[in-house]
Amino acid sequence: MRKAELVIIGGGPAGMAAAVSARQNGIENIVILERDHVLGGILNQCIHNGFGLHTFQEELTGPEYADRYEQKVKELEIEYQLETMVTDISEGTDQKASDLLPGVRCIHVSAVNRTYGFFQIETKAVILAMGCRERPRGALNIPGYRPAGIYSAGTAQRLINVMGYMPGKRVVILGSGDIGLIMARRMTLEGAKVLAVAELMPYSGGLKRNIVQCLEDYDIPLLLSHTVVNIRGKERVEGITLAKVDEKGRPLPGTQIEYECDTLLLSCGLLPENELSKTAGVALQQITGGPAVNDRLETSIPGMFACGNVLHVHDLVDYVSEEASLAGKYAACYIQKAKEEPVEDGTKAKERAAEDGTEAKEEPAKDGTELEAAVTDDTELQIQPENGVRYTVPCSISPDKMADQVVVRFRVGGVYQDRYISVYLGEQRLLHAKRRILTPGKMEQVILKKSFFQSVKPDEAIRIDLEEE
Amino acid sequence: MFDTVIIGAGVTGAAVARELSRYQLKVCVLEREEDVCCGTSKANSAIIHAGFDAKPGTWKAKLNVAGNRLMDQWSRELDFPFVRNGSMVVCTDAGKMERLEALYQQGLANQVPGLEIITDKKRLREMEPNLSDQTAAVLWAPTGGIVCPFLYNIAAAENAAKNGVEFRFRSEVTGIIKKEWGYEIATKEGLITTRTVVNAAGLYADVLHNMVSERKLQITPRRGSYCLLDKTAGTHVNSTIFMLPGEYGKGVLVTPTVHGNLLMGPTAVDVKDKEAINTTAEELAEVLEKSSMAVKDIPKRQVITSFAGLRAHEVGRDFVLGEAEDAKGFWDCAGIESPGLSASAAIGCLMAGWVADSLHAKKKEHFHSKRRGIVHPFELPEEQRQELVSQNPAYGVIVCRCEMVTEGEIREAIRRPLGARSLDGIKRRTRAGMGRCQAGFCSPRVMELLAEELGIELTQVTKSGGKSMLVYSDAAQVHLPEANLKWADVLNEG
Amino acid sequence: MAEQLENHGKSVEEKRELTCIGCPLGCPLTVELSGGTPVRVMGNTCKKGEEYAIKEVTNPERILTSIVRVTGGSGAVISVKTTAGVPKGCIPQCMKEIHACTVKAPVRIGDILIKNIAGTSADVAATRAME
Repeated sequence: MRKAELVIIGGGPAGMAAAVSARQNGIENIVILERDHVLGGILNQCIHNGFGLHTFQEELTGPEYADRYEQKVKELEIEYQLETMVTDISEGTDQKASDLLPGVRCIHVSAVNRTYGFFQIETKAVILAMGCRERPRGALNIPGYRPAGIYSAGTAQRLINVMGYMPGKRVVILGSGDIGLIMARRMTLEGAKVLAVAELMPYSGGLKRNIVQCLEDYDIPLLLSHTVVNIRGKERVEGITLAKVDEKGRPLPGTQIEYECDTLLLSCGLLPENELSKTAGVALQQITGGPAVNDRLETSIPGMFACGNVLHVHDLVDYVSEEASLAGKYAACYIQKAKEEPVEDGTKAKERAAEDGTEAKEEPAKDGTELEAAVTDDTELQIQPENGVRYTVPCSISPDKMADQVVVRFRVGGVYQDRYISVYLGEQRLLHAKRRILTPGKMEQVILKKSFFQSVKPDEAIRIDLEEE
Repeated sequence: MFDTVIIGAGVTGAAVARELSRYQLKVCVLEREEDVCCGTSKANSAIIHAGFDAKPGTWKAKLNVAGNRLMDQWSRELDFPFVRNGSMVVCTDAGKMERLEALYQQGLANQVPGLEIITDKKRLREMEPNLSDQTAAVLWAPTGGIVCPFLYNIAAAENAAKNGVEFRFRSEVTGIIKKEWGYEIATKEGLITTRTVVNAAGLYADVLHNMVSERKLQITPRRGSYCLLDKTAGTHVNSTIFMLPGEYGKGVLVTPTVHGNLLMGPTAVDVKDKEAINTTAEELAEVLEKSSMAVKDIPKRQVITSFAGLRAHEVGRDFVLGEAEDAKGFWDCAGIESPGLSASAAIGCLMAGWVADSLHAKKKEHFHSKRRGIVHPFELPEEQRQELVSQNPAYGVIVCRCEMVTEGEIREAIRRPLGARSLDGIKRRTRAGMGRCQAGFCSPRVMELLAEELGIELTQVTKSGGKSMLVYSDAAQVHLPEANLKWADVLNEG
Repeated sequence: MAEQLENHGKSVEEKRELTCIGCPLGCPLTVELSGGTPVRVMGNTCKKGEEYAIKEVTNPERILTSIVRVTGGSGAVISVKTTAGVPKGCIPQCMKEIHACTVKAPVRIGDILIKNIAGTSADVAATRAME
């Protein structure tokens, strides 16, 4: 069986940034496994601009942003396998493992491609970077016929921007997520007529700037609190019926609007693609659908890290890269730590501690550098999202092992004006920051400092919520 | 001239064709659509019923039990997925026990093997942990099964083709005229002459029958809507769970599918339009609501798609099988509603026997009873699949990531006899596009493969034949001046 | 805050509400105008916001992204962008020129495929490479 120190699943923006960072942190034997025939993932079809303002201080298109990282991957001579599908991840049972992996519980990654057929890699650590997928029509229970001409926005984006074919001429779009907005503009520019963008919620799920430059610029109506109640056409879409909905999303009688069109695009949300994580036994967060991770971006399985849209759906690729770089670094720490302390297996230590009735307490960090962060068996403070905050990533931090600063990202559940984001540890308020506007379309963040958690009582939790004052 | 023309390439037509191909006969199947399995056969519960539902003595009762019994052999010979997962009728009201008992007695009269009424709660919990907490008793039928209706239909048709049956697609029958020597059939493609006709036209079997017979049939489309759940929900139940028929109508069933999804439905709404396979909000809501009556905690947020099919309900309520009384040589398979799928193999044997006898046909010396399905590498032992990829690397490239379908399988689905011609044809043969993303990722690539294999332009690739084209010409060539005008004005004003 | 606005101090005759598209923050902006020229920008949180607001009320521009057909390459089309903002009113003309353009592979990132598109002095550059 082939051996590696780190396997990265997915060669999109997250996977590439994680690989680059892991290499820069000293990991030699890295393999990226990518299912497409090129690196770059979904960025290859996101030909619009607006990427890279944070990372490169300039405004790039998706393919350009991807290319920057691809060049780094190549410069650093990081190995990648294209058209390679990972079929299974499982924890190795053989404790003896191998020479390359002394004492560490290894992970087996099974994959398939045309060159090697079905093969396995034995690795010390895995970074999950598989991205996300779009919610299909069925998940929305849209009634009507099932003719040709119903596409998810991302499929239409690929057909137009990569393959050069138009999926339709007269279009209704359901869902005002960013891809839906971007596609409204793209199809208009390429000569189609976009009749309307309908949104079930009373607010758009996309960024405000995309409403301005994709809809308002082109006079495309945005119908909030509307949904598709019928699809007509037996072979190809012939028409769509929209209706207004009440506050529970139920269509209101007498509010139907008929559109003659040949295409319905769906942009109704993205779902982290975690089928592999699930088969590996990784614990998932219910709200995000992504793995529950600690401040080292490590999942419930030691040595398995996650970053990018497989973890939670981001609004900006810049944040994906930032998060992925951290995942790469922490995976590197984990691998190096494993090299230094080759004997103990984390789980076993915990079990023994439980039997002894003693806590498995680590030494405090010697020099406070972030490289000390990779431990798997100390106290974790849970972060509880409350009052308008839907979830957080990470969902726990370790006061002992955390870096000096940890960025906690989250989304809110509605549109709020002039609210404070507050962070509490028990009754003590750690942070209180005002935001003029908060919307579900935009990811928010707070920065937690290590110094906040100098003296933590047992069973204390961190709370993040929204407050009016 | 053909000896027999079978009209309709659904599961009934295909089963008859397969069984008739045992004889030294010249047989042709005419199909209106571009593929087999395009009508009722593609949208149903995918159940092989045990056979306790129908009144003793009816065709439905006899052929259901007989068809059920044939499925092991057919699935083995024709290589399609069939599992005897057993079925349960759940009684949630102790006051209605006599109805469950009546069903049991009916099943005994129909000679359904292994029937049992189970009241032991502990045993029921072990068998089905997610049965409703109100469950008082269950009628257990161990011979109940589930099947892939697409692959069953395709397999029977492929096997018939292998044994010499000719298939003509996009050949809608527009008229049938009785002649002394047989029948003249008008299609959009021209006239076809035949000695005998087998009418397996599903919802349109009445229309065809009434062309030659004065004893009129009347088929009402009865729509059934379904919701299909993700594979993560596929183990929620083990057997097929029915509600006890009662004041709420027949109720909806909850069943695993042979591919590991969970299926719920159907509704039963009589409609006028024989093409009305649309779902409605009311019917989908009904499926979601009624599914909970016998099974608890269904993860309804895992719905990945919903669909509707039409059952061919004949006013006489039983299958109409046999030679039309006033039209010799015209053989009906009409009113094949539930349990039509379960009975289809038996219908095929029965009908083929009748027709062959009427033509005094002899059996062929070499009948190929076996057919092999498309190889799915993930179902092979490790060595074999490695060998497969080394011989044909396309089997190492995953196109549909949800169902793990390889490029090799998709190419094979197009290349084999009666091969796929559309996205839906690929989907039914390989499951590409059938999974949780519902073709979002794989359809562009599958379209490319179809275009390449069939030697057509991407703009000619369809979802399901006919005018179901998927894309228009080059993006840069779609110019709608009227569409451009409005936004151009807006921009100029800005 | 509004140093570059010469007209600062003139009487405000009109106010316009905008959303900044400079970055994902999407700051809500208010521009005060006098005689059609901006005199004050409020609501921005960076310098770019003010620049955007002034441009938007005088001569709004957009970076335009699209695709151009390629012959002899591994794919049928290649993604492109304008190297600078083009006036909104010129977008239809720009799209016509982009649609009329066909290039030969190979193409490298940054290759200029159309010079001075629609007379805007912006060029159209490839945003990905194709062999």
